Amino acid sequence: MKLQRSVPLADRENVDAGRRDALKLGGLTLAFLWTGVGGTAQAALSARRQPGDAAAAAADGNPPFAPNAFIRIDADGLVRLVMPNVEMGQGIYTGACMMLAEELDVGMDQIRVEHAPPNEELYSMPLLGGQITGGSTSTRGHWQVLREAGAVARAMLVAAAAERWHVDPASCTVSRGIVAHQPSKRSLAFGALAKSAGALPEPGKVTLKDPKTFALIGKPLRRVDSADKVKGATQFGIDVQVPGMKIATVKACPTFGGRVVGINDKRTRAIPGVLAVLQLDGAVAVVGEHFWAAKQGLDALDIEWDPGDNANLSTAKLRGALADKSQSGTPIVAREVGKKPADGKLVEAVYQSPMLAHATMEPLNTTVWITADKCEIWVGTQVPTRCVSAAAKITGLPEAKIVLHNQYLGGGFGRRLETDSVEQAIHFAKQVSYPIKVIWSREEDIRHDIVRPMYHDRISALLDSNGRPVWYGDRVTGGTVLGRWAPMAMGKNGLDDDTVECVAEVPYDIPNLKVEWVRHDMPDGLIVGWWRGVGPTHNLFVVESFMDELAHTAGKDPLEFRRTLLQKNPRSLALLNLAAEKIGWNSSPLPARVGRGLALGEPFGSRVCLIVEAEVTPQGEVLLRRAVVALDCGVAINPSSVEAQIQGGILFGLSAALYSGITIKHGAIEQSNFHDYRSLRINETPLVELHRIDSDQAPGGLGEVGTAIAAPALGNAIFAATGVRLRSLPVDRTLLAQNGNVLKTVVGDNCAESVIDGRARA
Amino acid sequence: MFVLHVNGEPRTVDVPGDMPLLWVLRDIIGLTGTKFGCGVAQCGACTVHLDGQAVRSCVLPVSAIGDKSITTIEAVGRTPSGQKIQQAWLDVDVVQCGYCQSGQIMSAAALLARTPNPSDGDINAAMSGNICRCGTYVRIRAAIKQAATGKAEVLQTIAPAAGSAA
Repeated sequence: MKLQRSVPLADRENVDAGRRDALKLGGLTLAFLWTGVGGTAQAALSARRQPGDAAAAAADGNPPFAPNAFIRIDADGLVRLVMPNVEMGQGIYTGACMMLAEELDVGMDQIRVEHAPPNEELYSMPLLGGQITGGSTSTRGHWQVLREAGAVARAMLVAAAAERWHVDPASCTVSRGIVAHQPSKRSLAFGALAKSAGALPEPGKVTLKDPKTFALIGKPLRRVDSADKVKGATQFGIDVQVPGMKIATVKACPTFGGRVVGINDKRTRAIPGVLAVLQLDGAVAVVGEHFWAAKQGLDALDIEWDPGDNANLSTAKLRGALADKSQSGTPIVAREVGKKPADGKLVEAVYQSPMLAHATMEPLNTTVWITADKCEIWVGTQVPTRCVSAAAKITGLPEAKIVLHNQYLGGGFGRRLETDSVEQAIHFAKQVSYPIKVIWSREEDIRHDIVRPMYHDRISALLDSNGRPVWYGDRVTGGTVLGRWAPMAMGKNGLDDDTVECVAEVPYDIPNLKVEWVRHDMPDGLIVGWWRGVGPTHNLFVVESFMDELAHTAGKDPLEFRRTLLQKNPRSLALLNLAAEKIGWNSSPLPARVGRGLALGEPFGSRVCLIVEAEVTPQGEVLLRRAVVALDCGVAINPSSVEAQIQGGILFGLSAALYSGITIKHGAIEQSNFHDYRSLRINETPLVELHRIDSDQAPGGLGEVGTAIAAPALGNAIFAATGVRLRSLPVDRTLLAQNGNVLKTVVGDNCAESVIDGRARA
Repeated sequence: MFVLHVNGEPRTVDVPGDMPLLWVLRDIIGLTGTKFGCGVAQCGACTVHLDGQAVRSCVLPVSAIGDKSITTIEAVGRTPSGQKIQQAWLDVDVVQCGYCQSGQIMSAAALLARTPNPSDGDINAAMSGNICRCGTYVRIRAAIKQAATGKAEVLQTIAPAAGSAA
């Protein structure tokens, strides 16, 4: 991997110091701070001109004013903003534009947004050390540099105007893309100044606005990408149309790591519109004039598979091996503070989390056109430069000959941090002379997801005579994503920090603790990957469910129990109190089998407290009644986006907790589409009320925060409603039926009714 | 050979009769606003109108369409309910990734055309066939109500004081 080679070995010493400091950043982020020292990454992202900027601007129409990698102003006054991250729903195009436009002093209606080309030098995310969108880092990583980029551009435009008017630049003002000199009542638009501003030297230090004077940041603004999206006019990767393009759809061996032994394509080739049948070692593709021909052709194909070594793999075997490893494996200590006291009441529990698929609404797809001297790719990806590197490797062409056009992403959730589907499409495209768009069916998308790892956690705590925890220990056992995805980011001791994120450090004042990780790799072929919230999503389920268990063991209200432990953490305590107040925690009693569950966490550099109110029917069905969330995310660039991300993130997490689990039979994923990999629907969705505490602290992450806090609040609500503690996900409804006979009774009633109906009809 | 009436225009397509309308729209006619999500009528991303009724185009064979008029996301804004829904979607700022929103808007526009003032139950019934993985449902509900009543139904946001709604 390119990234790892760029780390001089000597810097490895600094890595662990950086990782420690980075813990407050959270999640995926800290994993990458190996690039720098003490939390400062070495990426070249800059508000100022870089050596590669001239070429990039030339490729972007050579605008007269391109002061840095993010801003282009044309002679006609059009302000084009180049987005260093990709837009997959999280609203970062809007947020990034707000940061740039704030300091540039243009209106949000005066800008046009552009996708950045792959270019590590210009668009590397400082917190990740590469041109990567993930880990809820986009706002955090760009908060400073994008405002500065706007300020640099503004200073140059003002200087150009001041020079023309022979006035002091300080006497000029800027508003909505117009520089004005009030004393002489002169003004010039950015377009008229672009050429002369482009010829000026860069300013020295620029001063950023006092937040009190912000015109955009902090205001709830509408998204920049909505207008096209509501008209169906936005081009996602799957919508790309290239002249001469054909459509392919694929089937990889259902068994992980299996191979194609042989195919019989006689029936396939007889289908009108089928053009070609292509093979790789572990997958086949049928190319057609359109998707339907390709799909019909693929369905008609006889394929003989060699399932390989995983033919007998099952979820039960994987679970068993994971549990064994938790006992027998060698733990790596992630964090240890103090010692386990000799006395106290010991509480222990085992928690289990399932593998998860991403199921982005836009199934994976890539369009590729390979000619003798060029490989052109159209794809919505979270890792454009990784795709370019992969394409160069596969085609043998130099990276300069790989042209990648990034697209809007129909959801990412971490799935598009992988390049597997892109690589597969390139391999197929090498076999044909025309451009092909390779589209995975939903079935392929789920069966060949790169799943969130399964985990097995043994957590315990000691309560003193007052019921206060004086020690906690957690042994997390599971696979590593980082170890494959960015192996050089692993700790010196072999630790993958992501696996212990949000358990190695908790918001509470607990004096002694020991958190360990036991690495348990999945069998070859079963690849695990990032998934919205990764470590925090898994660990907060364990920690916050267990906190609830401790409260009940201590005979205390879960809210009061946490309050006592938050006396040294005022920011999180304030959230706890706010959420409790808004839902009326201590107000009137709830109906039978209705309960409220509380969860608190500090994931991704933000702080969040969620209370879910749920009803459990006598049959064990879970109905979500209400969700109240309190959030402190530092500066909220766009409060409307913040709300959308928190609401959506919580629903994504609740959806997973209620329904999602990938299971394996005969070495293959059993689920295949939305009927057996369910997703929350609108009729199951509660009101999600956000209450935000304003803050002037640097912005925290948002995309994964809601997801990470959802499951424990739900589990705790179910406990409050039923007294049943769920220690594994997804929710097992058979455990929640009111009594053993309820299901039988109801099924019996229904049967009786239908029998009667049947008789009536007969 | 089939003659389809798509967004007010006749389109002659030479395709097999079992080909779902979705792929005729996307790969033959080139209207890509209608999305592929599941292929089995589970997610609603492919929703279009057939004589004003919301249908899942991924399972609708082109031979079954006959003379019925097809409206897609590209033209739904020309209908009164579609126009109201699109405007409310913008006002409430519903979209996130946006991939499912063509289908959401088509379902919502069909609902509003037949039920001008839908209840929560009506919304559930009409919209539960459309999955949104980003989780925009809270705003979808608000936007449909806003489109129906013309009143700002936004639950909380777009006003800085979040949360006072209930």
